[in-house]
Amino acid sequence: MTGTLLALEGLTKAYPGVVANEDVSFDIGRGEIHALLGENGAGKSTLVKTIYGLVKPDRGRMLLNGKPFEPAEPRAARAAGVAMVFQHFSLFDALTVAENIALGMEDPPKTRDLARRIREVSETYGLPLEPFRMVGDLSAGERQRVEIIRCLLQDPKLLIMDEPTSVLTPQEVKILFETLRKLSAEGTAILYISHKLEEIRALCETATILRLGRNVGTCDPRETSAREMAELMVGGTLHVPERETSEAGEILLRIEALSAPSPRAFGTALKDISLEVRRGEVLGIGGVAGNGQDELLAALSGEMRVKPGMILFEGKDVGPEGPNLRRALGLLAAPEERNGHAAAPEMSLTENAALTGTVREGLTRHGFFDWGKSRKFAQSVIERFDVRTPGPENTAMSLSGGNLQKFVIGREILQRPEVLVVNQPTWGVDASAAAAIRQALLDLAANGTAVVLISQDLDELMEISDRFAALNGGTLSPPRSARGLTVEEIGLMLGGAHDMEAAHV
Amino acid sequence: MDLSTINPALLVASLMVAATPILLAAIGELVVERSGVLNLGVEGMMITGAVCGFIAAVWTQNPWVGFVGAALGGAVLALLFALLTQVLLSNQVATGLALTLFGLGLSALLGQGYIGIRAPTLPRVDLGPLTDLPVVGRILFGQDPMVYLSLLIVAGVWAFLKFSRAGLVLRAVGENHGAAHALGYNVRIVRTCAIAFGGACAGLGGGYLSLVRVPQWTEGMTAGAGWIALAIVVFASWKPWRLLLGAYLFGGVTVLQLNLQAGGLAVPVEYLSMSPYLVTILVLVVMSAGRAPGSLGRTFHASS
Repeated sequence: MTGTLLALEGLTKAYPGVVANEDVSFDIGRGEIHALLGENGAGKSTLVKTIYGLVKPDRGRMLLNGKPFEPAEPRAARAAGVAMVFQHFSLFDALTVAENIALGMEDPPKTRDLARRIREVSETYGLPLEPFRMVGDLSAGERQRVEIIRCLLQDPKLLIMDEPTSVLTPQEVKILFETLRKLSAEGTAILYISHKLEEIRALCETATILRLGRNVGTCDPRETSAREMAELMVGGTLHVPERETSEAGEILLRIEALSAPSPRAFGTALKDISLEVRRGEVLGIGGVAGNGQDELLAALSGEMRVKPGMILFEGKDVGPEGPNLRRALGLLAAPEERNGHAAAPEMSLTENAALTGTVREGLTRHGFFDWGKSRKFAQSVIERFDVRTPGPENTAMSLSGGNLQKFVIGREILQRPEVLVVNQPTWGVDASAAAAIRQALLDLAANGTAVVLISQDLDELMEISDRFAALNGGTLSPPRSARGLTVEEIGLMLGGAHDMEAAHV
Repeated sequence: MDLSTINPALLVASLMVAATPILLAAIGELVVERSGVLNLGVEGMMITGAVCGFIAAVWTQNPWVGFVGAALGGAVLALLFALLTQVLLSNQVATGLALTLFGLGLSALLGQGYIGIRAPTLPRVDLGPLTDLPVVGRILFGQDPMVYLSLLIVAGVWAFLKFSRAGLVLRAVGENHGAAHALGYNVRIVRTCAIAFGGACAGLGGGYLSLVRVPQWTEGMTAGAGWIALAIVVFASWKPWRLLLGAYLFGGVTVLQLNLQAGGLAVPVEYLSMSPYLVTILVLVVMSAGRAPGSLGRTFHASS
């Protein structure tokens, strides 16, 4: 590569109570694909927000093309040639593709010209996109194309991508990588943020690893093993969950031709889903975000009631029943969003434990809460699942993501479920907490519980599920044995590449 | 009863007058809500506009200065709401309700000594032969200037939201304030501008009541018009042309039922009085298919 594009020198940013970045320095070369690695909370987001002008560093400086670079706001960063594809939160559902793109541009052309340019660029890079469609109706992969094209229309010198593949099928990832390599060959540098090591090894030339806000090493990912990089990230050795093979028992949960409209605007309706889950097995359900995962969890947990005969628990029809009756029978669920769905952020852990535990743990007396018992139950979750908190009287939102996730999953596991449905149990959780949660799910299955694991993390699904099925547009593929399934096959089950094609510049 | 006393042309002409205060207040609130802010203080801003406009017009003996005063009065009260909700991050619902109560009290205080006075009012335009045309002349060419201005504001808001860059930014802020912030737009400033515009429109609506429709000052004279305006915004699915339809429908049924009462229709007065509310809500519910702005009513804080 020909020289340094962006140099970071001693960047430091502290928030009350935490130092997000401490003395971080590294260089990004012109046309280089540079990986930024680190666990959640390692300071990756703060660092890229600094480069993009959303955060002002306390100390340190940046040099772009050798000149000082201090963007006061994203507009200034964009004007200097820095573009960013966000992980989420940066599209507007109720606006069209063209309007969304115009919002990210300094000086957008007239709508008709813009639409033409969107079509041109999207064809050039193999990312087909219709400019006048509502973004709310697009798939996750298509939404990402909107963001990428928004950036490409500005001819960026540096493209920052924050966890770009978390919402893509393997085929879509492949095409994305083609596009990125092409951009790199044309001289655009890419700062690629991820914690998926294999991807980084396939794509990037240099990797900078952050841990607790510090730069703990730079390596060439093509020559470093995934394990070495993981241990740099975690700062210790990694525990890999172990599974004991167990015989699948009798059928506990049977779903028959489950169809239901989505309760949300821009949601996905469930279409004719049939499934059997047996005692002692982990059934993995994969799929790209927004293909019916939330709706399926709501239908199983009882948040969304469905027609009679669609969901049978040990032969008993529970479709029209609400969550409490299902819980009493032993059908428990832990939803994806921990703040606000699985847990009430501003309530204490005791209160949160009581919220789902009343039915099975008998936490009420004469219709009133037995707080002593609730506290004990919360305390046992904390001890058994190693939740790091001073005590159960602390609020749920005071816990880090990984700790709260351990709490909400542990809370269900300790209620001795017959069937446990979890959605994204390790989303945004650091590697060691994720390993602990996966191990707990495997132990639960070994003790005879049927576990339904809904996840978008293919590695996780492959690691712990016995059978695998894929959600795509609200329909579920027939489950297959997870052993011996290749990534290619899974990709096809997830619906392939949604009419993407390889770049042809 | 005698329905022949009801002249259709006059009915349409007077429904436009009856609907204009609500239309003005509602189009302002529409812009506010499209930017993601729920300001329940419309009633308070309207009545403050009514009294400020009245005072300004009495002092200068010029109705136009009165309308400027009405817009300013509403906007100043709205900026108080903006300060509380956008800078001090107070709850929008509670602040809006407080604004209504505050506006009612403030206007009663300011209006002491103005009760029973007449203010200079706006003459209807007279385009000679055009205005003298049968039926349409009175409706299209014989209104007072504020009626035309209110229609221009509706058209302007529609064009602004649909075609202009600033309108796109405003919609984006209302749809997803986190994303708009991430793209570098100043959520707080956009919303403050929208709130001030909403206040000015509500003030104009109030001024129209005290300077043209009634035209004099009485305490509590808005009598719930601000709440109707709020409801019409929602039932019109946040779309300007539907809002125009809703406001005129409401005005129309109001005038019609008054005429029917005068004509002695054999239906209890209470049913006639509730008819504008029922008809407007019914029609707009049947038509409504819209979706509220994504960030409506949510407090924005840049750190989240």
